[in-house]
Amino acid sequence: MLQPYVPLVLMFALAAAFAVFSVAVAPFVGPRRDNRAKLDAYECGIEPSPQPVVGSGRMPVAYYLTAMLFILFDIEMVFLYPFAVSADALGLFGLVEIALFIITVGFAYAYVWRRGGLDWN
Amino acid sequence: MSALSVTVSHTVSQAVSGGVADAVSGAPWAVLAQGSVPAPEVDYGAIGAMLVVFAGACLGVLVEAFFPRHVRWSSQVVLSLLTIGAAGVTFGWYVGRSTDPVTTLSGTIAIDRPTLFLWGTLLALALGAVLLIADRSVEPGGSFVGHTAVARGGVREGVGDGAAPGGMRTEIFPLTLFALGGMMVFCAANDLLTMFVALEVLSLPLYLMCGLARRRRLLSQEAAVKYFLLGAFASAFFLYGLALLYGYASSVKLSAIAEATAGNDRSDTLLYVGLGLLVVGLLFKGSVGPFHTWTPDVYQGAPTPVTAFMAACTKVAAFGGIVRVLNVAFKASSWEWRGVLWAVAIVSMVVGAVLGLTQTDIKRMIAYSSVAHAGFLLVGSIALTEQGRSGTLFYLLAYGFTTLAAFGVISLVRAGDGEATHLSQWAGLAKRSPLTALVFTFLLLALAGIPLTSGFVGKFVVFTAAVEDGMAPLVVVAVLASAVAAFFYLRVVVLMYFSEPASDGPTVTVPGVFTTVAITLGVLVTLLLGVYPAVALDWAGPGLAFAP
Repeated sequence: MLQPYVPLVLMFALAAAFAVFSVAVAPFVGPRRDNRAKLDAYECGIEPSPQPVVGSGRMPVAYYLTAMLFILFDIEMVFLYPFAVSADALGLFGLVEIALFIITVGFAYAYVWRRGGLDWN
Repeated sequence: MSALSVTVSHTVSQAVSGGVADAVSGAPWAVLAQGSVPAPEVDYGAIGAMLVVFAGACLGVLVEAFFPRHVRWSSQVVLSLLTIGAAGVTFGWYVGRSTDPVTTLSGTIAIDRPTLFLWGTLLALALGAVLLIADRSVEPGGSFVGHTAVARGGVREGVGDGAAPGGMRTEIFPLTLFALGGMMVFCAANDLLTMFVALEVLSLPLYLMCGLARRRRLLSQEAAVKYFLLGAFASAFFLYGLALLYGYASSVKLSAIAEATAGNDRSDTLLYVGLGLLVVGLLFKGSVGPFHTWTPDVYQGAPTPVTAFMAACTKVAAFGGIVRVLNVAFKASSWEWRGVLWAVAIVSMVVGAVLGLTQTDIKRMIAYSSVAHAGFLLVGSIALTEQGRSGTLFYLLAYGFTTLAAFGVISLVRAGDGEATHLSQWAGLAKRSPLTALVFTFLLLALAGIPLTSGFVGKFVVFTAAVEDGMAPLVVVAVLASAVAAFFYLRVVVLMYFSEPASDGPTVTVPGVFTTVAITLGVLVTLLLGVYPAVALDWAGPGLAFAP
């Protein structure tokens, strides 16, 4: 019964072996060129620590809002694709449903827009 | 959001029915692309109340977007009350026409007698909760923060820049309606995926609402973060359990899982692990037993009206879901899981009763009381008989109103820096404000389960059902736990009546119309169900069958 999953298990084993191999071998064969950026928590974005002194430790949240908006519309797209593929089969009911879906996401968009979520300054 | 959840469930159910079989052969959407997919039948009358709530919530978002600041509060209050009223009318119209069990939306939503009872309970409780949330007389400007978050170390805790009088964030109203809509779907969900979507729809607004207190900002934000992290964890448990049960039964429908458990040709491991994980997610929401650790912190930190909403409505929704899942999907396998839930119920009752004794903060004390009550509710839920179901539903109704009114009263007793929640501040309250003390005493007696209150009737019907279903030892533990719990309720009563008031004690605010109505509603229902329980017991009574 579990026969079809054997390739999956092999895939996991392969992935684990690759990870272990990379971590174990790299210190011995890789070159060592240290620099400051390698000590950062992340190699892009804003330094999370230490906190900026100005503005009582606050950071600009524009990134955060943009990320949230991206997720919102990204997920909308995720649902639009399967709909588009099978729009004919789903018929009028599907069209109405997807329109309702877009409208409700539009409510959230209207809220963000009116409340200045899209203003960068 | 209604369209969102509906679309999600449609897309998913199509994926489940059409896609998965083909996914193995490598052509995921082949079936959908060929023929036409029949549109699911929608019984708009049956789900009308739910749709009205979601529509009201969406309108609330638009009000937030387009109305100027100074009219938002009044518009939102009117809109929220109208929405709940309209949902109530829709609900009443449907109930007057028929209460036969139906399933709709491709069988994902079941509108049967338990659903209708829970919906009525939820709408009535939400009305009281919205009134508490809308009140601006007790705390000038309302209980909710007027501005954005407070940075760490920026402002002293307990004061907070939001404590300055001014407007409040009126987003709380659409959030409440979204949560209410999610709870209504949760009670009615007839398959696990719909249930999961509903769980998220009810949880996400609650996480936000917890962090919006005007006073004690840091405590409130801490509550929100804790609730969010632990809640996300519990959702993951639920989802993992769902996945394993899908592996077990090849379907997420509760009825299909029931059919699968009736046979014995499948892997029991998947069933037990799946059920276990699923139940952990559900018990977390109901703040049961060893999964209660968030409850005291969140009940204490959240704004008191939100705590009232959470304590009353979330409990109803969570146990509505638990009762449905256990009765519909896992009845045939009850012999295997019942022992485990016995233990969970005992842990919940003992933890709630014993730790409740040691609390010095009244909101934390009521939180532990709610953990103990969750244990009692679980005792009723695992009695898979008609008495067990109707007893649990009645208990939910009774407990919801009592706890709603109790938190309403708690919000009235105030000292200089907000609510006086420390027990020592309640000493001698009866001398200062006899009426408040009297009302709170009555509510505490109801929580303790003294006769002539709804709490007594609730415990009586639940324990009777449990004994008749052969769980006498569990009922003995439950009765002992209620006796222990009664001690800490009565301690507050003694404190209020027989202690000298502190010289710098709290003042009792004279509540405005909204809070008065909410507390009166809670007290009257508590009294009515205690004196004349037949009204609700008939409703929750015979023929309380789940839709197939």
